[in-house]
Amino acid sequence: MEKTLFTLNQLPIGSHSKVKQLIADGPIRRRMLDLGLIQDTIVKSLIKSPAGDPIAYEIRGTVIALRSEEASQILVELVEKQEGRRGNGIN
Amino acid sequence: MGLTNESTGMAALKDMFNIEIQSPNEVVIALAGNPNTGKSTVFNSLTGLNQHTGNWPGKTVSNAQGRYSYKNKQYILVDLPGTYSILANSVEEEIARDFICFGNPHVTVVVTDATSLERNLNLVLQVMEITDKVVLCVNLMDEAKRKNIHINLKELEKLLGIPVVGTTARSGEGLEELKSAIAKVASGKIQTNPKKVNYDKFLEKSIKEIETHINDLIGNRLNSRWVALHLLDGNDELIKSINDHMGLNLSQHNLLNKKLENIHQDIKNEFDEMKDLKDYIVTSIVKTGEDISKKVVSFKDKNYIQLERKIDGILTSKTFGIPIMIALLGIVFWITIKGANVPSNILAKGLFWIEARLSTFLKLIKAPIWVHDILVLGVYRTLAWVVSVMLPPMAIFFPLFTLLEDLGYLPRVAFNLDYYFKKAGAHGKQALTMCMGFGCNAAGVISCRIIDSPRERLIAIITNNFVPCNGRFPILISLATIFIASSTGAFRSLVATLSVLTSILLGVIITLFISKLLSKTILKGLPSSFTLELPPYRKPQIGRIIVGSIFDRTLFVLGRAVMVAALVIWVMANIRINDINILTYCAQFLNPFAQVLGLDGYILMAFILGLPANEIVIPILIMSYMSTGSMLELDSLREMKQLLVNNGWTWLTAVCTMLFALNHWPCGTTLLTIRKETQSLKWTLISFLVPTITGIVVCFIVAQGARLFGLV
Repeated sequence: MEKTLFTLNQLPIGSHSKVKQLIADGPIRRRMLDLGLIQDTIVKSLIKSPAGDPIAYEIRGTVIALRSEEASQILVELVEKQEGRRGNGIN
Repeated sequence: MGLTNESTGMAALKDMFNIEIQSPNEVVIALAGNPNTGKSTVFNSLTGLNQHTGNWPGKTVSNAQGRYSYKNKQYILVDLPGTYSILANSVEEEIARDFICFGNPHVTVVVTDATSLERNLNLVLQVMEITDKVVLCVNLMDEAKRKNIHINLKELEKLLGIPVVGTTARSGEGLEELKSAIAKVASGKIQTNPKKVNYDKFLEKSIKEIETHINDLIGNRLNSRWVALHLLDGNDELIKSINDHMGLNLSQHNLLNKKLENIHQDIKNEFDEMKDLKDYIVTSIVKTGEDISKKVVSFKDKNYIQLERKIDGILTSKTFGIPIMIALLGIVFWITIKGANVPSNILAKGLFWIEARLSTFLKLIKAPIWVHDILVLGVYRTLAWVVSVMLPPMAIFFPLFTLLEDLGYLPRVAFNLDYYFKKAGAHGKQALTMCMGFGCNAAGVISCRIIDSPRERLIAIITNNFVPCNGRFPILISLATIFIASSTGAFRSLVATLSVLTSILLGVIITLFISKLLSKTILKGLPSSFTLELPPYRKPQIGRIIVGSIFDRTLFVLGRAVMVAALVIWVMANIRINDINILTYCAQFLNPFAQVLGLDGYILMAFILGLPANEIVIPILIMSYMSTGSMLELDSLREMKQLLVNNGWTWLTAVCTMLFALNHWPCGTTLLTIRKETQSLKWTLISFLVPTITGIVVCFIVAQGARLFGLV
């Protein structure tokens, strides 16, 4: 069953999601991939900055802050926390 | 506008690759790694040099070179900029890649952070695609241990097929093993067998087809498999680099191009478009890293990480994030001001005790009276003042600031402030370059290289001067302490702290305002993309901080100030026009204009003479006031205020001087650095004019406003 796709910055703090698609192009896309944001990577929304933007995400054991401009180019689907960090569980 | 990377200092960066090899026996080692993995600490520990280190990503922006010897052999170590990748999305990546490819290092050491090995492996695998001579240094093992992260280094070595050494560079642990591994790989005693990332059958077949052609052209000067792969994914930058560094224009080889064209056609059928092929390559590398990491890394408990997240939650919270930031800065200033008081007085007493002895001595050897006056009352007395007023605050402030830097607080500041920088059309990392400016604006300007977009880099360069460097910082502290605060009795330190804090905040607000102004006018454009890593907090290296900041920053800066000041004083006291010394002559000329700004001619003159180094502004000021006749027995800090008051100072003069210290032309070193970084006289001139005009406008408004409302 197809799950609903969100942009990464839409998700509430504390939620886990799975990367489905990058809309970004060129060097930004490359940078995102280099940070490990490849298909099916689990990302946790960690903290918002005082102004609400940027937001920091946990990506492969590191904490990376993304502005809404970038995060909105990452399409993700929500996953249950129990699914684990790598997302190998139920689907 | 011609804002290419060539024109913004990257050419200068490349120059640094001209390595001086003294004998053919010397071994060249490239040091690569993700930002913030302690690469500079590894570099310093190996070479004994003192490259600036700090816990924020992107700090190493130029390549340092150093040497060490091991078992009678000389090794040259080249510290490359920290990058997440070397597939060249940015100039730093291009530099790192080009050096590994074309700089002919005998060994490439990749430094990784043990606490985030998985992400780091991406770069390791990329380097291993280029060269076989790789040593992996898993640094920050102590941090990993503290966080209960266990890494099976033996297994990692087996999986990667290259030597793996675990180190804790700051305590020196593992460095002998690292040196030994480097030596063995360089001499060929260890034959590495690097694991190659496997791509799918189609791609592997295509690589093979191209590889043979490339091998014919390049031989073993480059890894032909790797070149083949990136010709296939259409990496034009690489073709350009091969042309630049090897004089080999691959795009002109018909046979190769024909072959490539055919395969590209097939690729289009296999993958939807080229973008997908690029994605596929990166994805394969990341997945390989993930697999390896799963096999060697085990987390025993996650409590530690939870604690760190909680701290981050507070330090960046909506309610407390910014107040905490201001409070922390305030506490640093308060400790500085409060703590500097006693040593300042002790130093003053001690130095003036020496002055008396010096005076007696000169009289004893019957030195002419004018020699006595110039040496003792002119040079020595002024310098004694500089040392007692400036040394204690500097010796307290810089270790404290370095402590925050070492802990990893600065990236949180950038995180907190990013939104405002974005609104100003500037880059989020400008907050980091701004923090670097606290140390030295020239260093701040160089650190702007971490900003990729030329437009935003220029904004950061032009506005860097709005944070006071450690040459101007003592002007603020000393004026706040001895002038503004001394009238308020019990709350002295508090008032002084608040006034310094206010000026810094004002500097930040002006930075944002001017950035916005620039991005709406001469540097129009939208903010570029931005990713900022918030590195884990680390235990600061207290001993190193104290030694480093006192010797590197304080003594160096003060030493320079003393030397320049002594020279200026000598010249000023000896050259006379119409029987008044040249300083007074100039000051009288400047006075009418300076008065409009709430200053006086001497203050403005001191700032003008302070062009080579801002540290000498206060010494020149003291010297010129003393030479006008008010010969005071300056034996306590209170006397210093008296000296200023005798020369017509009011609280408004002090405020305007502080404001002008914050906003005026960058010092000579900074201007030269800007010229070098921007490769443009125009932008250097703009960087000179923007803060100067700002300073004049701000001082004018404050001075005239205060006078208008009858506050003075």
